[in-house]
Amino acid sequence: MAKSIDVSDLNIYYGDFLAVENVNMTVTARSVTALIGPSGCGKSTFLRTLNRMHEVIPGARVQGKVLVDGQSLYDPQVDPVEVRRMVGMVFQRPNPFPTMSIYENVLAGLRLNNKRLSKSDADTVVERSLQGANLWNEVKERLNKPGMSLSGGQQQRLCIARAIAVEPQVLLMDEPCSALDPISTSAVEDLIHELKEQYTIVIVTHNMQQAARVSEDTAFFNLSAAGKPGRLVEMNPTKKIFSVPDEEATEAYISGRFG
Amino acid sequence: MTDLDTAPHTAVALRGGHLPRYAPAIAGIVAIAAGALIGITVHWNLAGIAILAALLYIVGLTIWSRLVENARRATDRLVTALVWVALSLAFIPLFSLLYETVSKGAGAINGKFLTWTMRNVIDAPGGIYHAIVGTLLITLAATVIAVPVGLLSAIYLVEYGGPSRLARWIRFLVDVMTGIPSIVAGLFAYALFSLIIGPGTQFGIGGGVALSLLMIPIVVRSTEEMLKLVPHDLREASYALGVPKWKTIVKVVLPTAMAGIITGVTLAIARVIGETAPLLIICGSTDSLNTNLFHGQMASLPVFIYTSYTQAGANPEILQNMAWGAALVLIVIVMVLNILARVAGRFFAPKTGH
Ligand SMILES: Nc1ncnc2c1ncn2[C@@H]1O[C@H](COP(=O)(O)OP(=O)(O)O)[C@@H](O)[C@H]1O
Ligand SMILES: [Mg+2]
Repeated sequence: MAKSIDVSDLNIYYGDFLAVENVNMTVTARSVTALIGPSGCGKSTFLRTLNRMHEVIPGARVQGKVLVDGQSLYDPQVDPVEVRRMVGMVFQRPNPFPTMSIYENVLAGLRLNNKRLSKSDADTVVERSLQGANLWNEVKERLNKPGMSLSGGQQQRLCIARAIAVEPQVLLMDEPCSALDPISTSAVEDLIHELKEQYTIVIVTHNMQQAARVSEDTAFFNLSAAGKPGRLVEMNPTKKIFSVPDEEATEAYISGRFG
Repeated sequence: MTDLDTAPHTAVALRGGHLPRYAPAIAGIVAIAAGALIGITVHWNLAGIAILAALLYIVGLTIWSRLVENARRATDRLVTALVWVALSLAFIPLFSLLYETVSKGAGAINGKFLTWTMRNVIDAPGGIYHAIVGTLLITLAATVIAVPVGLLSAIYLVEYGGPSRLARWIRFLVDVMTGIPSIVAGLFAYALFSLIIGPGTQFGIGGGVALSLLMIPIVVRSTEEMLKLVPHDLREASYALGVPKWKTIVKVVLPTAMAGIITGVTLAIARVIGETAPLLIICGSTDSLNTNLFHGQMASLPVFIYTSYTQAGANPEILQNMAWGAALVLIVIVMVLNILARVAGRFFAPKTGH
């Protein structure tokens, strides 16, 4: 049961610093939306407002509205912890919990949230999540080994398994492949293709080909000038963005003339 | 045998003279032998000979290297030699202390020594069971008080306080606490319980309070450093799974930092277990076994050592021997604690594989 996201008039601050200005965007359910743009234009910052991770940073705040299937994330009654259970996240650098085994890492989201699981249910969740993350065959013989004993690409897929084990409705990915080799990258991309059957996915990427390969829609962020806030320049179907974008700046960025 | 004779002048010489791998060992043996020879002929004592040998070692090895190798390697040898000499200097007091204590204390230790008390023992060797039990109980009490307080303070400072004014004040006060002389902690506990319970109250738990005052700043500071080392990524990974903050701290941050926290607590225990002055004031001393922390004077190893030496009575040999034995037992207790902490630390340390 994936959900769509509606963002309107969103301003994002770090203290007094306006990092991202006036974003309006609609993310379709059960599709992949790519965020592209030069470094520092606020892609990560924007992504983190979609599951209220932004406010984890001291002084960080937002103005405006984010609706997930019509529910406003920033209503005062809304509990950010609940939001994060619904909107999962995968980070740029793989970050498995170092004290836990592979098995425990996958279950971390459930166990830490006090879900009582029978051994067989837990086994099912672990297998399903690792299958979902394309990692099962590589680790099924050593589930009790530490999560940190895996290679970087495997760790990233472990983190994806951990994120989907709690069955979120939306999955946010912040440059999930930037620390990975090409083979791991293609494994993760295959995975994204499969996941979009069930999840709404928003992915930040620096890699144009990757955006073109995996996404239905693409949003291009840019800075109007150094020190100015980042803003959403254009959002369109990926095919259109990469062939006949509406904006001059998008065309320039994609063809590599700048950024 | 230098490179320049054989190498063509146009090429950069990559090969040069080398001292054999065991050159430092040879230099060391020669320096000690020469130092001893000179020292004995001019009747120097051991310290003089050691200093002379160290100087000969540093100078000799450097010059030898300068002659055979090159200037950079000679400098390298010089600094390495200095580091080794400094290290040995640091070890001399440690080894001599251990040697002294073992040689004088080992003789005192036997079954009776470890299982008897000094109750009704006059002018004969007794036991230090009461002091061992007292030290363990008082230190345990101090740990039970200091660890929760210190741990929670550190968690507040790192996870909640951040750069706030309150947190800055707490950090400052903890630093001030680090500098409290132990006798002041003892006087504080004595005054505190004199006010609460009655003048002149002496009991074990008072010692626990006094020692915990000395432990808390160490526990806070070391735990704070360990918590700060936990990568922010891990906290975010946990938040992103919808785990509340307190649970993230308990289940993710603390386990990741556990090995370091245990080491810090052990250091704090080792720091206070040998404290004498505060216990002398607030726990007093007794010849009998007292296992009730909340009533009556309580013996402890440091106080036993102190009183045995200062009030040795008619036959000082006996009590002084026992004091050395007690000192050895104290060192062994600290050592065992350290080993246990290492084992526990290894058990809790984040696992990287294999
Ligand atoms: N924790 C932070 N505190 C203050 N400013 C930040 C923080 N993180 C990012 N920024 C600023 O916000 C802007 C956008 O950063 P970011 O979202 O990381 O860009 P991107 O992911 O597109 O490279 C940058 O100007 C950056 O300096
Ligand atoms: Mg980024």
